[in-house]
Amino acid sequence: MSGAQSGSTPQQLAERALALAEADGTVVLVEESTTANLRWANNTLTTNGVAANRRVTVVSTVRGSAGTSAASVSQAGVTVDTIETLVRESEAAARAASPAPDARALLGPNDVSGSQGVRWDEAAVGTDIEVFTSLAPALGESFDAARSAGQLLFGFAEHTAVTTYLATSTGLRLRHDQPTGKLELNAKTPDFVRSAWDGAQTRDFSDVDVVSLAAGLGQRLDWQKRRIDLPAGRYETLLPPTAVADLMIYLFWVASARDAADGRTVFSAPGGSGGTKVGQRIGVPGLRLWSDPAASGLESSPFNAVGSSSSQASVFDNGLPLTATDWVRDGVLERLVTTRQSAEETGLPLAAPIDNLLLEAGGTASLEELTRSTTDGLLLTCLWYIREVDPQSLLLTGLTRDGVYKVEGGEVVGVVNNFRFNESPVDLLSRIAEAGRTEVCLPREWNDYFTRAAMPALRIGDFNMSSVSKAS
Amino acid sequence: MPSLDPTFAALPLRELAEAALAKARELGVDHADLRSERIRVQQIRLRDAELDGASESVDSGLAVRVVHRGTWGFAAGTVQTPEAAVRLVEQAVRVAEVSAPVNTEPVVLAPEPSHGEQVWISAYGTDPFEVPDAEKIALLGDWSKRLLAHDAVAHVDASLHAVKENKFYADTNGTITTQQRVRVHATLEAVAIDEATGAFETMRTLAPPVGRGWEFLQGVGWDWDAELAALPGLLAEKLAAPSIEAGEYDLVIAPSNLWLTIHESIGHATELDRALGYEAAYAGTSFATLDKLDTLKYGSPVMHVTGDRTVQHGLSTVGFDDEGVQTQQWDLVKDGILTGYQLDRRIAQLKGLNDGRSNGCGFADSPGHAPIQRMANVSLQPAAGGPSTEELISRVKNGLYIQGDKSWSIDMQRYNFQFTGQRAYLIKDGKLAGQVKDFAYQATTTDFWGAMEAVGGPETYVLGGAFNCGKGQPGQVAPVSHGCPSALFRGIRILNTVQEAGK
Repeated sequence: MSGAQSGSTPQQLAERALALAEADGTVVLVEESTTANLRWANNTLTTNGVAANRRVTVVSTVRGSAGTSAASVSQAGVTVDTIETLVRESEAAARAASPAPDARALLGPNDVSGSQGVRWDEAAVGTDIEVFTSLAPALGESFDAARSAGQLLFGFAEHTAVTTYLATSTGLRLRHDQPTGKLELNAKTPDFVRSAWDGAQTRDFSDVDVVSLAAGLGQRLDWQKRRIDLPAGRYETLLPPTAVADLMIYLFWVASARDAADGRTVFSAPGGSGGTKVGQRIGVPGLRLWSDPAASGLESSPFNAVGSSSSQASVFDNGLPLTATDWVRDGVLERLVTTRQSAEETGLPLAAPIDNLLLEAGGTASLEELTRSTTDGLLLTCLWYIREVDPQSLLLTGLTRDGVYKVEGGEVVGVVNNFRFNESPVDLLSRIAEAGRTEVCLPREWNDYFTRAAMPALRIGDFNMSSVSKAS
Repeated sequence: MPSLDPTFAALPLRELAEAALAKARELGVDHADLRSERIRVQQIRLRDAELDGASESVDSGLAVRVVHRGTWGFAAGTVQTPEAAVRLVEQAVRVAEVSAPVNTEPVVLAPEPSHGEQVWISAYGTDPFEVPDAEKIALLGDWSKRLLAHDAVAHVDASLHAVKENKFYADTNGTITTQQRVRVHATLEAVAIDEATGAFETMRTLAPPVGRGWEFLQGVGWDWDAELAALPGLLAEKLAAPSIEAGEYDLVIAPSNLWLTIHESIGHATELDRALGYEAAYAGTSFATLDKLDTLKYGSPVMHVTGDRTVQHGLSTVGFDDEGVQTQQWDLVKDGILTGYQLDRRIAQLKGLNDGRSNGCGFADSPGHAPIQRMANVSLQPAAGGPSTEELISRVKNGLYIQGDKSWSIDMQRYNFQFTGQRAYLIKDGKLAGQVKDFAYQATTTDFWGAMEAVGGPETYVLGGAFNCGKGQPGQVAPVSHGCPSALFRGIRILNTVQEAGK
């Protein structure tokens, strides 16, 4: 598919942009992406597609009497003939901008150890519809099986390949290949009353067995033959890894050191002192929440690539090497997300955002084993429509979805109505009664934005189910 | 009068269409359409009156969609040459072939008359991309400083989001449209911190996102000066306000809050693709299923809800949709009864609704995505000669008056929802009695709309909305407006969010 990008190579585009640049500093990001998807509902295909995209972002920095300003302009479908316009627009925007508080010297080859120039000259990796040549017939087989069982299958498969080329006027030449694949499968009875879900993340779809996933959902629909109505209340609850992931990703998104120091997040120190909760215990002993670009199966960019500055990322920090970072270690908040600027201002260590998240809380049991050791509780499938209610406590609300099971004496005895929950993921960290083993999972709600997660199942003694939802 | 963007007009749109559609006919497809899009987006953010980030992006590219032997095929790329357009047609047909074994429901599109050649440009005064960046940053900086000047305000976030969207569409039916839309959304949010306890509260401007140009920030359609002058005092009052006592209250809800409740509990619930299960694994389904059309009691008899893609300055408003369908206005709920759905060409044909014609809700958010059924402007109609907001408040003995949207969440069948707001006032014996904080309202959709006793008159009507409505896989984001009057609801459950957090 990369052949669809006629003319120049991404490397030529980056070099051309830098050659044309007249600003004091220039960062060029070229992202070559290809994607293929299949979507199905009611045991039949609904939509599909392939798309190729090339996006060039030019960040210009301009020194002035009051400080250095910066601006970023990004465009799809740029060629060597049209890139000058983009460079000039970026420079004009930087000159129009007021000084950037996050301005720092751009990084150079000496700041990025061994990654400078690695595989820089190679072509981008790509994907196309053929990535599904095994999946499509397997799906067809699953549709047939579902039809025979009186069930309906719904879902989505997507494979995306993005190669990022980062070049700066200070000589950086960095490159990263990011494959991202996901499959979501949902089985329902024809009346839509019973519903079960499973998901998988993958780098290349070679390890996705849709027939087996569908069979597992069939069993779950069987569990749902008996329905038990329960009222709102606090219940002992087993949260599977995907549900834990969706809660922890939200926590990660608000872990900005700068926002915390400004007194406006759950990680602000109480008392309005301008401090943060770094160094304080927020979770049970043994709890570790971390990110690692080299995490097996969850590999993500080992350098910072930032198109636009925010409270958590700075365009001036482009190319910054990323390494394993513990956000919470042994239950103590160790790091908040910083830029070079916010690290200096808050006195906290430099810790740029990383595109994966892992949690470990000392457990080794599978979800099945946790279920068997449950006397009386609820087993969830996943959470949905998670939104912030109160930033002060990071109270989140949302729904249970696709199967809440009643567990008695270690056995699933039936399906329960759905609930709306109100809970804070930060508060949950200190209320973990038991954790399972850490497993790679697909976050149900946030996988459009954040896919790479490994989480344990968690047992919470008193999860707040605030009201009953009639939804199925 | 605004004119067509010259960069877009300079593209060889006609040649692309001719090359692609000729190839598609040669390959014997049932249907083909080509879209070329250019979407320009600018975001400017300030933090405490300092520039926090300025970025601009242009998404441009070409998309081909075919129905080939009853199966969809879609392909998209960024190169806009006749050769690339022909390659996309070949790719789209190949995608249809790979997908054919898993398609058991032949795709047939509802007929739509050929509209020939059409040009449509939305109603706006000044193209925001013609305004110098320095002027935009200076205005947001000035507004931020006005808020920061107040003792109660510790921090201010300001943002401007401006979009200019160009679409060219041509299909095998002979419709060729060239369209342009402009929209802006500016917000300021102030933070107040209680230095003694570290407790904090925020308050955001209620100015909605609109299908207008830069003139909106200069006071056309919104009184910024008045809103910015009032905000710090309102925020200080909120920080000092008592925490709400949980329980049942009568609510008077302002349009600045109610639009989002309409969006979630009516807008999404009357999307026919959801009711049929096409979104079942992701965005969800709907309790308002097709078998309940013309019988479901959605709400009280004062409830009249329309769908349209035609209202001036509406964010979903356009001349023709992304399937070549001329846009319309129609009823979704009349006298409290479900009477209609939002349709695209496939599902209109499948179920024979709207006399077998789409009502124009096909939309793709970018050249890289295929159109799906997306939301029209779904609006609650005011009562002719109906009460003012003050009259509605005067009818309440013990209640809350809620303004501004904030937190929102609703389940996958659109039954159970929970919303908060920017601010709420206690109503005691028909009069406002000061702000309260930590409130959320929670209800089931049909109970809530069934409890709507009265809607306000046309003078209370405001068009609200959002730029970022999400739906579909791959995920797509759509802009949409919702108009409504103030309205009175009886006996709604109010939660205390601090208690909910177990504190």
